[in-house]
Formats: sequence, structure tokens, C-alpha cells
Amino acid sequence: MVLNILWFIIWGLLWAMYFALDGFDLGIGILFPFFAKTDQDKKAMLESIGPVWDANEVWLITAGGATFAAFPITYAYMFSFLYLPLMLILYGLIIRAVCLEFRYKVNNPTMISLLEFGFFLGSLLPALLLGVAFGNIFQGLPIDQNGYHGNLLTLLNPFGLITGILFVVAFLLHGSLWLSFRTEGDINVRAKSIAKKLWFVTLFFAVLFFVSAYFVTNLYSNYFSMPILLVVPILCVIGLLGAGFFINSSEIMAFLSSAICIIFLTFTGVGGLYPNLIPSSINNAFSLSAFNSSSSQYTLAVMTIVVIIFVPIVLFYKFWTYKTFSYKIKEGKGEGY
Amino acid sequence: MDAVMLSRLQFGATAMYHFIFVPLTLGLGILVAIMETLYYKTKNEVYLKMTKFWGRLFLINFILGIVTGITLEFQFGTNWAQYSIYVGDIFGAPLAIEATLAFFLESTFLGVWLFGWKRISPKMHLISIWLVAFSSNLSALWILIANAWMQDPVGFVLKNNRAEMTDFFAVVFSPYAWLKFTHTITAGFVVGSFFVMGISAYHLLKKQNVEFFKKSFYIGATFGLIASVLVFLIGDFHAAEVAHVQPTKLAAMESLWNTEKAAPIYLILVPDESKKTNLVEAFPIPSLLSLLAYHDPNATVRGLNSFPENDIPPVTPVFLSFRIMVGLGTLFIILTILAWWYARKDKLLEHRTFLKIMLYSLPLPYIATQVGWILAEVGRQPWIVYGLLRTNDAVSKNLTVGDVLLTLGVFIVLYTALAVLDFALLIYYARKGPLETD
Repeated sequence: MVLNILWFIIWGLLWAMYFALDGFDLGIGILFPFFAKTDQDKKAMLESIGPVWDANEVWLITAGGATFAAFPITYAYMFSFLYLPLMLILYGLIIRAVCLEFRYKVNNPTMISLLEFGFFLGSLLPALLLGVAFGNIFQGLPIDQNGYHGNLLTLLNPFGLITGILFVVAFLLHGSLWLSFRTEGDINVRAKSIAKKLWFVTLFFAVLFFVSAYFVTNLYSNYFSMPILLVVPILCVIGLLGAGFFINSSEIMAFLSSAICIIFLTFTGVGGLYPNLIPSSINNAFSLSAFNSSSSQYTLAVMTIVVIIFVPIVLFYKFWTYKTFSYKIKEGKGEGY
Repeated sequence: MDAVMLSRLQFGATAMYHFIFVPLTLGLGILVAIMETLYYKTKNEVYLKMTKFWGRLFLINFILGIVTGITLEFQFGTNWAQYSIYVGDIFGAPLAIEATLAFFLESTFLGVWLFGWKRISPKMHLISIWLVAFSSNLSALWILIANAWMQDPVGFVLKNNRAEMTDFFAVVFSPYAWLKFTHTITAGFVVGSFFVMGISAYHLLKKQNVEFFKKSFYIGATFGLIASVLVFLIGDFHAAEVAHVQPTKLAAMESLWNTEKAAPIYLILVPDESKKTNLVEAFPIPSLLSLLAYHDPNATVRGLNSFPENDIPPVTPVFLSFRIMVGLGTLFIILTILAWWYARKDKLLEHRTFLKIMLYSLPLPYIATQVGWILAEVGRQPWIVYGLLRTNDAVSKNLTVGDVLLTLGVFIVLYTALAVLDFALLIYYARKGPLETD
């Protein structure tokens, strides 16, 4: 039973890591057509995420794999119920990766604009739809003994859309903060000025999310019954305030604050869901929880040992990579991808 | 068509597209790492140029391998939910371990290698490409451990209406898994070496960058010779293991309908599935099948007719795939011996016909790896987990034909566009040659 709780936390952590890391490079993809004015801007933007975006995306694969290994029943239902949105996310990620990779390998102008548009769309779709999916999970999905009773349109309800837009604007803020951290000169100044505007937009949607969550979800009941847990949403708010506070004084602190905001936003949702991974909006008896949808204790134990040994190694070399590639991209010297 | 058939088509199509890109990644990654090692040791600029030229082709291909793989992981959940519920206790673990051990390593150090030329020491740069090459093969290990469990389920009990893992090490050290893994990666090495030899042959025929491509060809030929011999030997052991754990697949591979003692292999054979017999059987080599399958010339091999009718896989595609694979495997050994010999004696330019053969042989290992998978996966039918769970019972319950048809269509259009773009870029940069790089 302890292992179930541990894996519930790991499940949340993997999604949080994915959003905090891929979040900024998705954000840069969405920002791309609006921000980049010259070829140099484009190269700088792509170089800023070039060495890390691919490894960032692996957190999504790991989150998927860990859900499969630890909560196979949730894995099966989550992805078969959310069939079309998940497929759209996957198409987005495929198109995005290829467009990003091939942008500077082709020289036909039509092809280039097509690839640039694909990079934008492939960044926007996953950000928005993951937000919509999680917004719906927070509300609960219409599940009973006969399975799932929703479709793509029922997912596009107001709260789902609010969460989706919150993801998009938070990733945009996160991306522009990363861009200001990785660049100098004119791009840096412009990235900061966009980040300031995005900060207010993110704040607006965050407030809208937290207020409407009170009315349409049960996310707060865990927090009211165990007030100590309120530290999680408070840290999310502190992260957001920190991002705004540090924009001018410290680029790295502003970026890290926005990462903290995203991580604890995810945990606010996950903590509110506990013990469910996918609550049923019809009857809680059909909710998929950390206890009724999990693997055997044996498998959870094996996976725990794997995680204890290998995740620190992964974190170590990933940290090293970020350190190696945290240099400032000189104005007019971006390498592209 | 129903959702099961469409889901099978969808999984089959995405898996086969994925496996256009993966084998080259497995082989070419190691070849690029060898080239960079030679540069590191000798400081000879030609090896640096080689690393960059072949490395660029590697990168173009690599990204396609990654993106086409992501969709496969999620299809277990989207289309095969009942399967995922039934085997998730066992099957999910290797997938999660694959991501944790291999994917992070692979993607992180690929970024380091690509952007690190001026940022890290030459030694660290060299280590990066070896980590990329190593981890792409490591990822093959974990996914094949998962796949091998579907072929030969071990280390579990049936409990709570599903298969629950009881012995992780039985799953990880399953002989089937290791035979499949070594057979698959050595096949990938053959793909990589024929890729290098084929493109080198193209330039040698045009007498462009002769020294550069002679050296490349020699590296490809040496690696290819070792790989071709290994893939064949391991394949033989693998077939014996198939005979042991999947008798229906073995019988389908040889289109053997009736149980026979000292079973022969027919050089010419035409199966007739509707009549459950063979239309033509000619030129038998006595006892060869018994010998290959059980390493005993007098062993009895069970024929397809001795199994219940609804346990028999489709015979013709399995039979044909096996013949094509073995035929090509034999050809690869002959070609790589010649290639290695001519390259070693520096006689490549004198043998223009041979160079042409090597250029046009470039797609053959791709064909061999594709039919290898058809054999492995179609031969497993009608089981999704051999002897345990039928494919028909594995599909997601809530899927509508429309949903699967729609996504299948998008996959085919999208993946075809990607494959065309990929090949166009590979051909463009392969023809461009090394002089214009950097």
C-alpha cells in the first residue's frame, strides 16, 4: 500500500517534470512565429532549445511508461477513453520534432514556411490538449460500468478550455523566460518585455483556474481536510509571483520560479485528485485510483528499485547538460538547429 | 473491417514505419562512433569529415525513429486497452525501464554531441556518441524483452484476471528475449554497413572523394562482414528457440502440414492454405528441418494439421518472409566477404559492377528486417500473447471503427510524408558528399 502511494507521487512528479521541462520548449515553439522577425532570431530561438528539447520530451514517454508499469488499468482506460485528443497530441509532437529538425536542412522557401508552421502548430496542439485533458481529469470523466460516455466535444467544456489556455500561456511565459536567460542583446530585451505581458495573462488564467476549480471540481476537498497540504498550491502561487518579481533582476531565478509554479500547479491538481488518478464524474465507485488500478506489489517493488538506482543518474547527467548549455547566445550568432 | 483488424493494421503500419528508421540508427550509430574514435586516436582530418558526414545522415534518420516510436508506446493504451490491463503488470515495466535507462541517455547525449563540438572536450564528445550508440541498442534490448514476453511468456502467474509478474529476472533473462535482441541489433548493424557501403559505392563509381569513400567503405565492409555472419548464426539459434516455444510458427515458416519424423526442407515449395497442404514440394534436403529446428536429424516436427484450426497463423506470409529473410541473409555474407576482400586489397575501383551491386543492395537489409518482423509478429497470430491471450480479446472495448479508420488514415498520410521527406533529405545529403560539409 505504501508503494501505491509512492507511485502515485512518482506519477505526479513525472508529469510535473514533463510540463516544467518540455513546457519551455513548447512555449518557444508557440512563440516562434510571433517573436522571430529575422533569420537570426529564429536561429537563436532554435539554438536555445536545440540541445535539450528531445530529452525533455522523454519525460512524457517516461510518464506514459510509468503509468503503464505502475497503473496499467489507468493507462489502458486513460488512453483509450481519451483516444482522439491523445492521437492529436501525438501527431503534434511528431510534426513538431520533424519540422524543428529539418528547418535548417531544406532550402525551398515553401518548404521552410511549411516546416515553421508545423513547428508552431506541433507545439501549440500538445500544450493546449494536455491542458484540456488534465482539466477534464480534474473534473472527472463520465465513467461507469459500461465504460466512458464522453467524446472530443464533451472534453472541450469551459473548465477544460480554461486549463488548456492556462497551460498554453504558462508555457509561453516559461519559454520567454528561458529565451531571455539564454540570449543577450535585443532578443533578450524583447523576450523580457513579452514575458512581462505574459505574466499578467498567466496570472489572470491562474486565478480563473483556481476559482472555477472550486465550483466544478473536488480538487479542494483534500486540502480542506488536510490543511497542511495547502503548502502545495501556495508554492505554485509563490512560483508565479517569483517569476514576475525576478524578470528584471535575475533571469535564471525568474525561469526557475516559473518552473516551480508549473511543478506545483501540477501537484495541486494531483494532490486534489488523490487517491484517484482518473475520477469518475458519475459515481466514485468507478474511479481509477492508486489502489484499484495498480500493478502487483511485486512489480511496484521492482520498479521502485529501478527508480531509486537510475533516476539520480539521469538527473545528474541532465543537470550537467543544462549547465554545459547555459551559455548566452551572442547577438547575431545563433547557430539554429 | 472491424476495430480489431483496423487496430492491427494501425499497429502493424506504425511498427513497420518505425522499423524503417530504427535498424539504421542501431548500426550507423556504432559506425559513426567508430569513425570518431579513429579521429580521436589518429587526429586525421578525414575521420573528422567522416564523422560529420555520416553523423548528419544518422541525425536525419534518428529523429524519425524517435517520433515514430512515441506513437507505438501509446497505442498499447489507445487501441489495445484489454491487452494492457491483462499484461500491464509485466509488460509496462520494461517499457518504463527503457525510457528511464535508454531514452534519456540517448536523447540527452545526442543533444550534447550535436551542439557540443566547441563546448566540451574532444574526449567527452567521443564519449557522447558512444553513449548514443550504446543507448539506442540498450533501448532495443528493453523493448525486445517486452516483445519476447508476448512470444514466450515467462515469470508470471494468472491472478486477478491478469498475468502478474512473479520473477522479474525470468522476464529479463528470457532466452527468447536475448536471441531476439542479438538477432535484431546485428540485423541493424547489417543495415548500417550496407548503407555506408552503398553510398560509398555511389561516390566511388563517380570517382568523387575517392580516399574518403574508400576508407568509409572499408569500415562498413569490416563491420558488415562480422554483422552478417553473426546475424545468420544467431538467427539459426533463434529458429531453434522458435521450434521449442512456438511450434505453430515453426510449422508455418516451413509450411509443414503433417507431422514428420526426420522432416526435410524443400528447396521449392508452394503452400496452399485453403486445402491445408502444399501445391508443390520439390527438391527435398532430407532431415534438414529436424536438424535445424531440434539439432537432431531424426527429431519429429509437428505439422500445422496437428493443431486446432483456430490456433494456426496465416501460413503464406510467414513462409515467404522466412524464405526471403534466409535468402537475403545468405546473400549478405557473400557480398560482405567480397566487399571486405576488395576493399582490403584496394581493388574496389577496378570492380565497377560490384560497386553497382553494392549500391543497389542498399535496400536489401531493410527488406530483410521488415520481413523478419512480419515473420515474428504474423507468425504469433492468432495470439497476442502466445498461448495466453488472443489478439481478438485484446483490443480496446470503446473503440469505434470510425475513430480507428480516421487515425489510421492520418498515420499513413503523415508517416508517408515523413518517409518521403526523410529519404529526400538522406539522398540530398548523401549525394552532396563530405567536401561541402561545414
